[in-house]
Amino acid sequence: MSAPKQVATGDRAILPEGARTIPIFVMGKRYEVPETLTIMKAMEYAGFKFLRGAGCRGGICGACPTVYRKEGDYKLYFGLACQTVVEPNMYLAQIPFYPANRQLYDIEKIEPLADAVHALYPEVFRCVACNNCSKACPMKVEVLDYISAIKQGDLARAAKLSFDCIQCGMCASRCMGELPQYHIAQLVRRLYGKYIQPRAEHLTKRVAEIESGKYDAMLEGLQKMGHAELEKLYKEREREPDMIALGTWMPKDVSHL
Amino acid sequence: MYTPEMKELIKKVEATRPERVARAKRGENFPALSLEERAVVLGKFHPDYQQEGRRALRVGPDKGLVIPEEVARVMESRSMLRTEKIDLSKPDYDTDILILGAGGGGTSAALMATDAGLKVIMATKLRHGDANTMMAEGGIQAATQECDSPYYHYLDTIGGGHFTNQPDLVAALAHDAPLSISWLEALGMMFNKLPDGRLDSRHFGGSCRKRMQSSGDMTGAEIMRVLRDEARNRRDSISILEFTPAVEIILDESGKCAGAVLYNMETREFFVARAKAVVIATGGNGRLHIKGFATTNHYGATMDGVVMCYRAGVGTTCLPSTQYHPTGVAYPEQNVGLLITEKVRGLGAHVLNAEGEQFCFPLEPRDVESAELIKEAIEVNKAVVTPTGRYGLWLDSPMIDLLHGEGTVRKELPAKFIQFERHGIDISKEPMLVYPTLHYQNGGTAINADCETVVPGLYCAGECTGGLHGENRLMGNSLQDVITFGRRAGISAAKYVNGGVQLGNLTLDHVAKFEKELLDAGITDSIIAPILLPDYSTDEVSARRLAEARQESE
Repeated sequence: MSAPKQVATGDRAILPEGARTIPIFVMGKRYEVPETLTIMKAMEYAGFKFLRGAGCRGGICGACPTVYRKEGDYKLYFGLACQTVVEPNMYLAQIPFYPANRQLYDIEKIEPLADAVHALYPEVFRCVACNNCSKACPMKVEVLDYISAIKQGDLARAAKLSFDCIQCGMCASRCMGELPQYHIAQLVRRLYGKYIQPRAEHLTKRVAEIESGKYDAMLEGLQKMGHAELEKLYKEREREPDMIALGTWMPKDVSHL
Repeated sequence: MYTPEMKELIKKVEATRPERVARAKRGENFPALSLEERAVVLGKFHPDYQQEGRRALRVGPDKGLVIPEEVARVMESRSMLRTEKIDLSKPDYDTDILILGAGGGGTSAALMATDAGLKVIMATKLRHGDANTMMAEGGIQAATQECDSPYYHYLDTIGGGHFTNQPDLVAALAHDAPLSISWLEALGMMFNKLPDGRLDSRHFGGSCRKRMQSSGDMTGAEIMRVLRDEARNRRDSISILEFTPAVEIILDESGKCAGAVLYNMETREFFVARAKAVVIATGGNGRLHIKGFATTNHYGATMDGVVMCYRAGVGTTCLPSTQYHPTGVAYPEQNVGLLITEKVRGLGAHVLNAEGEQFCFPLEPRDVESAELIKEAIEVNKAVVTPTGRYGLWLDSPMIDLLHGEGTVRKELPAKFIQFERHGIDISKEPMLVYPTLHYQNGGTAINADCETVVPGLYCAGECTGGLHGENRLMGNSLQDVITFGRRAGISAAKYVNGGVQLGNLTLDHVAKFEKELLDAGITDSIIAPILLPDYSTDEVSARRLAEARQESE
């Protein structure tokens, strides 16, 4: 196997051997870029330096939603610039921000009921089930399904269905009922996490132990320990077996639990 | 989509899989290295241990410290400001606590400060939440289980860091971690839980107990969404300035921290923000691309906070150390450098060479694991070579469904599944190709367990600080770092402000003094930093930017 040429390029685009260039249209203006790059790297290759429209560059922050069309195709496409590979003659615009109103609430006081969500966002009932939201989602979230679940009062289902949302706003940009879907989903997920999902009882117990000062002396002792002693304790740790159910295994040495 | 040649190679992985899965089901692992063996492989193959590309700092509190060239260049940089042109007598903003950076650490600090009844301004370079917190996938550590305790969290952390960690910080982390999880649960974060509410927990590299709590494979994103949502509910007390990073810290004439100069990147205006205390939570330095490595970091990770603090006289801890994540994407090219969470290995996926053979324990501490992958590629010469000439080793994700049941990959790794599916790869059926990538700034500004620096009124939290992780960070300790120390910074700063702070006249003299030190050391070619954003234009494009070249020469 031949040794590869060492690539020291950071995020600068690296062109595979024999790479061809293709034309793309950025807001209507033609640029020649190498094929196989993402829209983001292709635009940087062309000389753009992003201020808005770039964030994590890894498909999770929602900063770089992009709409595009292809030659000879009526359809409107949606994607993240950092994840979508360029195609010849695609023409695109980034939509780094889309206005959507968000309601204020107090998580400690709000009731975890569909009525509370409906009261804050009565516009959910303006949804006409056109499904443009789901079609626009670059994360393939079934937006219409979670909005329907909210209308039906099933907050748990809505929380789970909306979990992959990156809050880029593309759903809101296409909504005939003018809903801010992703803000509504955020509210519902927090209600679910705080009030509907069962609380972790072992965590509550551990918090009480910590607050009672149970571990203070142990941690104090460790901080004063020399390297050799720490290393010995480190080597002697027992490892919890991989394939055993949580909460069922205990180590032989329970003196520091 | 894999090329036909790569699909042929995958057959070798498939050939060894049934036997490997059977072994895993019996609880048998590839043997882990002893501490002595770890030292050998690190010394030979980890980039931190190579002398090439590193040099000593020539100025400042850490003069003489040997660090990577790319980091040294920003530490020895000049200010963006001509300080004499700034009128500090009429602040544009006045607040109790100014927080620089709006990721997990900054936002946690803001929430704790407002809990204490104070007014907060958060200034951030990109949008609220555009930070490495958002990108952390696998999970967050906390000793919540009955078989675990803060004692073992401490041991795992300091052992993983090769016993170089700052003890008071490790103790604070181990102590607060369950409290932080409980706080997030109360804010409405959706953790992966068993039906009875028990937090689903897993092993990770260097753990003795299953201590990794998670939210699918977007744990950081879920944390960030919840914290940001809560901060937005408190808009009466938390103002957020987006696309407005700080470029310099302001002190008062007695040496207390008194605010920062902010820069609106959209209008190119500078503003003076006065504050009784400042919290710096500006994150890491992946976008400096040490040694040219690709990075998992977000677009704005340029080490701004450490640079500004250094000019104000705050030194660093563990700065020479950088974390390379063992499993960055090596293929497809579009995703190169992106993180593949350690959770994949926590779920049982093996790391394999081109022959489909295991060559290391999959859950060594990260630096050791990285060094083992580099060794397998450059010494053993059994790596796959991608069509663009990059090394890659297999990460056998299809094992996960075989070990834990059909559908586990989709359920536990939804974001990763979608990311590869976009490029025609089904990671529940085909393995992933990985290679180490630049992941984390292990070192940073020196703090104590209350997040205090040597400058009164100046607090730091999260990746911009050093010491907690020593020379190697364990998975899940960075998310816990930003929450635990973000909260601590907010609480400490609030206590300081509520104790009564009288600010004298504001000054930027420390900046002028630092620049004089540069000149005295004969450094005349220093760059201007914080650099704020990296530039990825090609050399051809840069060469045509004649106006900029002219401005720079003037």
